[in-house]
Amino acid sequence: MTAGGVHNDDVRELYRDLILDHARNPRHFGKLDHATHSAEGINPLCGDKLKLYLAVDADETIKGAAFEGSGCAISVASASLLTDTVIGLNSNDAMAIFDAVTAQLSGDATGERKVDLGKLRALAGVREYPTRVKCATLAWHALKSALRQDTAPASTE
Amino acid sequence: MTHAQKLTDAQSVVAACRADFPALDQDVNGHRLVYLDSAASAQQPSAVIDAITRYERHDHANVHRGVHTLSHRATDAYEGARDTLRAFINAASTTEVVFTSGTTEAINLVAQSFCRPRLGPGDKVLITHLEHHANIVPWQLVCEQTGAQLVVAPINDRGELELDALYTLMDDAVRLLAISHVSNALGTINPVKAIIAEAHSRDIPVLVDGAQGVPHMKVDVRDLDCDFYAFSGHKMFGPTGTGVLYGKEALLDAMPPYQGGGDMILEVSFSGTTFNELPYKFEAGTPNISGVVGFGAAAKYLEDLGMQNVEAWEHELSKYMMQQLSAIEDIRLIGTAAHKAGVQSFLLGDIHPHDLGTILDHQGVAIRTGHHCAMPVMEFFGVPGTARASLALYNNFDDIDRLVAALDKAREIFA
Repeated sequence: MTAGGVHNDDVRELYRDLILDHARNPRHFGKLDHATHSAEGINPLCGDKLKLYLAVDADETIKGAAFEGSGCAISVASASLLTDTVIGLNSNDAMAIFDAVTAQLSGDATGERKVDLGKLRALAGVREYPTRVKCATLAWHALKSALRQDTAPASTE
Repeated sequence: MTHAQKLTDAQSVVAACRADFPALDQDVNGHRLVYLDSAASAQQPSAVIDAITRYERHDHANVHRGVHTLSHRATDAYEGARDTLRAFINAASTTEVVFTSGTTEAINLVAQSFCRPRLGPGDKVLITHLEHHANIVPWQLVCEQTGAQLVVAPINDRGELELDALYTLMDDAVRLLAISHVSNALGTINPVKAIIAEAHSRDIPVLVDGAQGVPHMKVDVRDLDCDFYAFSGHKMFGPTGTGVLYGKEALLDAMPPYQGGGDMILEVSFSGTTFNELPYKFEAGTPNISGVVGFGAAAKYLEDLGMQNVEAWEHELSKYMMQQLSAIEDIRLIGTAAHKAGVQSFLLGDIHPHDLGTILDHQGVAIRTGHHCAMPVMEFFGVPGTARASLALYNNFDDIDRLVAALDKAREIFA
């Protein structure tokens, strides 16, 4: 179903309580001391900008994650959920989550089944809003850039 | 409508025209559409859509070329639209009305064809802090190309130009002032006539970016005495991909062509080319003929309604919108100039403009969110973007009530 076909109260499917909670009280918000990796994410369409910091140890385990920046409820909540999720994960597992989240947001059900997304399923509502998908994927593209140690900022375009 | 009794006859004429716009007659997300994004692109009346269709179905051929009947009809339709637009802005002659793809191309034409040959190190182009990117970037480019300097006149916290500062910046080195008639992000109406007089007293030519001016007020280029006036078809109820550069004949005449190609030449040989006369010198290649036909129909539609009537109706709506929005708790109005058009930027509590835009869309209310192609304005107010409701002649009081109700709903969701 596209945004054109959804009805009024369904907007709460997008702004679920979990999303609003993370938007209002973002977890791991700020700079990360001793970050080993970082990347910027920029959405040139709306000007949203965030910076993601990771502390990755020699075993490729993500020991810490944090972010700073400003954006809409969807992009802030997505970044907050990201940091909550990836801490403690191996970087390969974090990339598998990246694949699953982007698959979920693009409506690709096969990718979704490979990984248990847990509370990241709250982002599924965004799928119905094509103009907002980039808000939700911004932090995830920054995660990918950070892990790959790309020098250019991640862009949603 | 409870407001009906307050309307004068002239305002009622305009209020009744909503039915002329077929796109407004639809439900979006289960609600009647409330279109408050006309500053981005206005809807088209049937008169425009029908004129384009009639042309495409019966009269289409290339212009200024063939001797056959359809080519003749196409040329008449195209040149007829030019004369309608000439009259619409009260230009002296159709030689001063150059068709472009829009305001952006018109400004680029002046930057490259008028300014570039005249600029060098030590010269300045003067703009203001209120400008749309289309009236910033072309000047940055030409300044980079020539070593000239771009100078920006300041605004105050109501979003009005600081006129004293602007006049102080008009020094001997300024080769052109480029200024918006109406700010797209804030709605501020600049006192362009007085500014032009000041600039001319210092021998500075003036380009007015009129994209947001022509849809809302009577524009008379001879009364303004502007040297260039640029505007777009799609902001004044015509099709996208159309625009006009008005320029004083003596200036246009002295300018080299902007682009080369067919239609802009008199004679071509490999040893050289003689350029066509005005305005064709600036219209290389087959133009957007059907678009221009629709653009002309839009100007005629506005002429028939009467721009004074349009202005009076929008003034009432605008006053009501300001009054209703101001009464909302936690709202921050951005752009509160004393003299402004029906454009209102705002923020609601700590709700990000994009979230507002989505929630409003869900209730059938279309507004613009983001930086409105005016990032320096956003930076001035210290915000990444705003929500913007913009009015046009087809809006009514009920639309504004619906906007306010939709904003209440957003507050409820984010409470």
